[in-house]
Amino acid sequence: MSLLSAADQQKLREAFDRMTRSVRLLFFSQAIGCETCGETRQILDELRGLSDRISVEEINLVLEGDKAKQYGVDRAPAIAIAYESGSSEPGGSGESGESDRSGESSGSGGSSEASSTGDGRMSDTMKDSRIRFLGAPSGWEFVSLVQAVLLAGGRESALSAASLDRLRAVDRPITMQVFTTPT
Amino acid sequence: MAFASPHITATAVEATEFPDLARKYQVSGVPKTVVNEEVEILGALPEAAFIEQALSSPRQ
Repeated sequence: MSLLSAADQQKLREAFDRMTRSVRLLFFSQAIGCETCGETRQILDELRGLSDRISVEEINLVLEGDKAKQYGVDRAPAIAIAYESGSSEPGGSGESGESDRSGESSGSGGSSEASSTGDGRMSDTMKDSRIRFLGAPSGWEFVSLVQAVLLAGGRESALSAASLDRLRAVDRPITMQVFTTPT
Repeated sequence: MAFASPHITATAVEATEFPDLARKYQVSGVPKTVVNEEVEILGALPEAAFIEQALSSPRQ
């Protein structure tokens, strides 16, 4: 039983086909006390099925606490989005207007790099998009998730050049939590 | 915003699934954005205004 209509699946397939980078959805779950983990898993599995560039890695919050801590996740269900920094692109994005994103292109010492903890499941070239979802991504959040995946997958930012400049000047940690309710 | 800066992490929180968080930040209407636990933005704003407000937190 699919959550998405055939028409929606096709539209998403086409959008994902345009991605230039692989995206990994890290799904933090727990077996007990997570009523929406099943729904989240279903949504992510459906997304994964729409593109070869999308993979899902499920991480148990209790059993793999270290990895969860690495992503600053302590609740379930939670989704973090990582992307493969392009092996053929020095900047990792290659999109127009983003060639001077030095914060992203430096391959060493970047605080946003999510390196493997030795279990071999995550390659060292996977970078953290620093985008997280807490709770099942249903309703409008599904749209946000898709847009985040596309962004991580190489789509150009929807922000203006002025906004991007402003954000590049940020030099201290900032956490943003956006509260929504399902529609 | 999070994608554009290595210093920014953004989390979308489904308030009904995490009522303790909704209570902690006194979320009564959505969308509500909380920045560094101190700046609050209610509703949606135009892009430039949203970014300015989000970055207006005085504390380091």
